[in-house]
Amino acid sequence: MQRSSRFLTLTAGLGFLFLYAPILSLIIYSFNQSKLVTVWGGWSLQWYGELLHNDQIIDAALVSLKIAFISATLAVILGTLAGFVLTRMGRFRFKMILSGWTTAPLVMPEVITGLSLLLLFVALEGAFGWPAGRGTGTVIIAHTTFCLAYVAVIVQSRLVSLDETLEEAAMDLGAKPSSLFFLVTLPLIAPAIVSGWLLSFTLSLDDLVIASFVSGPGNSTLPMVIFSKVRLGVSPEVNALATLMILTVAIGVVIAVWQMRRQERVNRVV
Amino acid sequence: MSTSTGAAWVSGPTRRFALLRHLRRINWGRLAVMGVPTLWLAVFFFIPFLVVFKISLSETAIAVPPYAPIFEWDLDQTLVAIRVNFGNYLYLLEDAFYLDAYLSSVKIAALSTLITLVIGFPMAYLIAKSRGSRRTLLLSLVILPFWTSFLLRVYAWMGILQKHGVVNDLLLALGLIDQPLILLQTDFAVYVGIVYTYLPFMVLPLYTALEKLDGTLLEAAADLGARPTQSFLLVTLPLALPGVVAGCVLVFIPAVGEFVIPALLGGSDTLMIGRVLWDEFFLNRDWPMASAVAIVMLVVLVLPIMLIRHSSEKRADQRAGHQHSDEVA
Repeated sequence: MQRSSRFLTLTAGLGFLFLYAPILSLIIYSFNQSKLVTVWGGWSLQWYGELLHNDQIIDAALVSLKIAFISATLAVILGTLAGFVLTRMGRFRFKMILSGWTTAPLVMPEVITGLSLLLLFVALEGAFGWPAGRGTGTVIIAHTTFCLAYVAVIVQSRLVSLDETLEEAAMDLGAKPSSLFFLVTLPLIAPAIVSGWLLSFTLSLDDLVIASFVSGPGNSTLPMVIFSKVRLGVSPEVNALATLMILTVAIGVVIAVWQMRRQERVNRVV
Repeated sequence: MSTSTGAAWVSGPTRRFALLRHLRRINWGRLAVMGVPTLWLAVFFFIPFLVVFKISLSETAIAVPPYAPIFEWDLDQTLVAIRVNFGNYLYLLEDAFYLDAYLSSVKIAALSTLITLVIGFPMAYLIAKSRGSRRTLLLSLVILPFWTSFLLRVYAWMGILQKHGVVNDLLLALGLIDQPLILLQTDFAVYVGIVYTYLPFMVLPLYTALEKLDGTLLEAAADLGARPTQSFLLVTLPLALPGVVAGCVLVFIPAVGEFVIPALLGGSDTLMIGRVLWDEFFLNRDWPMASAVAIVMLVVLVLPIMLIRHSSEKRADQRAGHQHSDEVA
């Protein structure tokens, strides 16, 4: 028994090492002074400095942040509605279809989603003149669509695990459907909505394939710029950028987990 | 007839009328709540597939957009011709290149899924076995990569696998090899990239299944004289099967259509269908051909997608049944 547990710890430990070693090496090499990315030339912050002066990257980052912010917000609204409809509205005629449409985008290969949306935009433009050309607007629509599915799944699982008696009590006390939703259900699922927004934001910020299909010229997002820079080889500036992004996320996640646990403790006391 | 609608005791018809009005008002809101997300997904998720299918049946043309219309209308808006072209699909069948690309994608995805399962299972098992804050920590370690950029994590492997990268330096320093191995731009690198990227997708469903595993069952097996390997194969594995299926499907489907990983880590001879579609579209500007490639890929993936839908529904039903039995109890 003892031996098998040691074996388990070892194999699982190797798995975790595999998960984190590349991220660590990326971070370490971002502080490498040498221009030859692989030769260690001592610690330095010079690539961070160069990053700040790279207008192409800064502009693309701003475009991406804007798209991610709007898409995440739209996805949260639509995804919460979809998750709510699927768990709290009983059976209705289109339920199977809607539930299929909210799970399929999660596993759909990105090349298919990207191509299909682009062809839709082109067809719509031909028929109705909208959307006129492609740019941030079409990227926002595309990102909202696939992020919506993630939000719906998160909200759905929260709603399923939620005790329905609170909502029933509110209904028994005569709450209208709208006040029931905004005063009872929404506060209860708020943590799921927050994590849905954050996940949508990161997914949108990270998407390369779909954005490449549906964005127009001159509207390159950050992943598109990164991809064109690294396609031919490793770039020290991208290492620096990657480190900044990964550290931001790591700090954000740590704060979020800490906040959530504190919140839960407060809830338990109350 | 009483007109005091606010009164507690109103006569039958008025009360029914109020109720009806009330119901009607609810239904409007209900309709909007149901309609908005459904409509959005219909327009931006479902209809696009129909458009892809339509364009896969048209002919390539030097035009903007670069395909010929299927329906031709004359000036009086009457239909004069319908041109349906199965040529793209025929070409897909005739040219061995496409068939090879599909087969090679499925092979790479299937093998990577298997490797992911082998690496992910001990991790999920360890998390499920640990308790309290240790479990939370390990679980967050699996989830954290979800939140970091996928593109950058794939890119990180370029630095590790390249000619003078970490792996080669390490092997050279240990004296295991005399000269650097060529690791980057090979199928090997693609496998590493896929396994690495999709590992969390495997671990999480496995963990969910293993977490529910009743420890007393293993104790019972041990009491009855089963050896650890036996009880693992005969008790743990069958009970974890839903998690195994979910994890495998979640890894396999996106891996088949993967573009970024073969583009950054694979060689020019690494054939994957996602990359073929990308090249048809961006390099050859052959939109109808790219559409046909996408439609066939969808057909290949329909079965695994149905599988995941089926298992998620079953889970939802189980949960509903569970809640119900709780209520009864």
